[in-house]
Amino acid sequence: MTYAEFLSQYGVRFIDGAIVTAEQTVLAIVVAVSIAVVMGLMRLSQSLLVRGVATVYIEIFRGTSLLVQLFWIFFVLPLFGLPLEKFTAGFLAVGMNLGAYGAEVVRGAIQSVPRGQYEAALALNMSPATRMRRIIFPQALVLMLPPWGNLLIELLKGTALVALISVTDLMFEAKQINGSTFLSIEAFGTALIIYYVMARLVISPSMRWLELVMARRMGQA
Amino acid sequence: MFDWRWDFTFEILPRLLGATLNTLMAAGIGYGIALVVGLVFALAQRTPYWSVTAVVREAVEFIRSTPLVLQIFFVFYVGPQFGIRLSPWTSGMIAIGLHYAAYLSEVYRGGIESVPRGQWEASKALNFSTARTYFRIVIPQALPASLPGMGNYLVGIFKDTPMLSVIGVAELMHTANALGSETYRFLEPYTLVGVIFLAISLPTAAGLRFFEAWVRRTLGMTRSH
Repeated sequence: MTYAEFLSQYGVRFIDGAIVTAEQTVLAIVVAVSIAVVMGLMRLSQSLLVRGVATVYIEIFRGTSLLVQLFWIFFVLPLFGLPLEKFTAGFLAVGMNLGAYGAEVVRGAIQSVPRGQYEAALALNMSPATRMRRIIFPQALVLMLPPWGNLLIELLKGTALVALISVTDLMFEAKQINGSTFLSIEAFGTALIIYYVMARLVISPSMRWLELVMARRMGQA
Repeated sequence: MFDWRWDFTFEILPRLLGATLNTLMAAGIGYGIALVVGLVFALAQRTPYWSVTAVVREAVEFIRSTPLVLQIFFVFYVGPQFGIRLSPWTSGMIAIGLHYAAYLSEVYRGGIESVPRGQWEASKALNFSTARTYFRIVIPQALPASLPGMGNYLVGIFKDTPMLSVIGVAELMHTANALGSETYRFLEPYTLVGVIFLAISLPTAAGLRFFEAWVRRTLGMTRSH
């Protein structure tokens, strides 16, 4: 079978799989960014309890494997009366894992905003909430975008694991096609190339565009 | 906790601890491969031949932006198509070693670039060969700058070893899956795997921070903030 024949026969399934991977990625990004912002801010809280909760969350999710977390969420949570659809368990696990890494990025970026900005906001009699929302966070956002670019590629790669709980994503389709045709180079190679295109031609350029837009809005371009 | 059985926990613990040794071995071998191949990837991008640089650069980018689990499947299943049968261990080590070699090459690259230009010029003035300049002058200075990144990826490769379970390497996750399907109990095996990972990765990460600080102190490179 030539590669063209292979593609004409199985191309649709790769596209279906890629769509599921894209859905998982987008939903996981929403989860990861929300968790990262909340946990990152909690890490900077004055209260020991709030800081402690965020630290425990971050250390647990960064200290164990995504695959372990995914299986735990999918197989163990139902025992606590929290049954999750495999699709939901998939993006939740990926999002919660990358959210822990993101939280450290958010915290680091907020801490890198120069001290004088806090003092100036204080001198202008801004409330702490306004100061964070209008002065500190927008500047931190510009600083945290480049590391987020790397994290989002890690996140996309992480979604490949949801195939192991039978979410029919790109990885799952590649495995199925390999199992029925034994054309391993074609099956896995095509999937690898699609992941590569998603990472290098979709995620990286979008993040660079976002960095440019943000820098311009902050008057730094 | 809900339905947690301690007798079952102690029954499966020896098997899980045995599998932990396999996990540590996989991480160790994989990291060893990555340390060496990563240096090759990094140095190959610094040769005067732009075509070599471009090819290695693109290969590194490709490996870094595609999922490890898919690469493990690729290495494991592609061999037989050409009549080469690789054991799960061999293909797993190749895949995870190459994956982390790509990451480590970036760490090395950053470290090498952090060595001031003057060091190269001085080596040239002393008529050192390129190899001697690298191994006696540049790499010893690049190493301290590379240590934090190298440490992160040591913990990283350890946490990625569960993916080897997909091709049947009998590490922790594989053993937990087996226990789960033998006994229909998932709570204890998966929770224990998580606890074992935490118990190893948190002290290792802390130890690495300590080691970096020690290296910097020993080399008289105390950072002033």
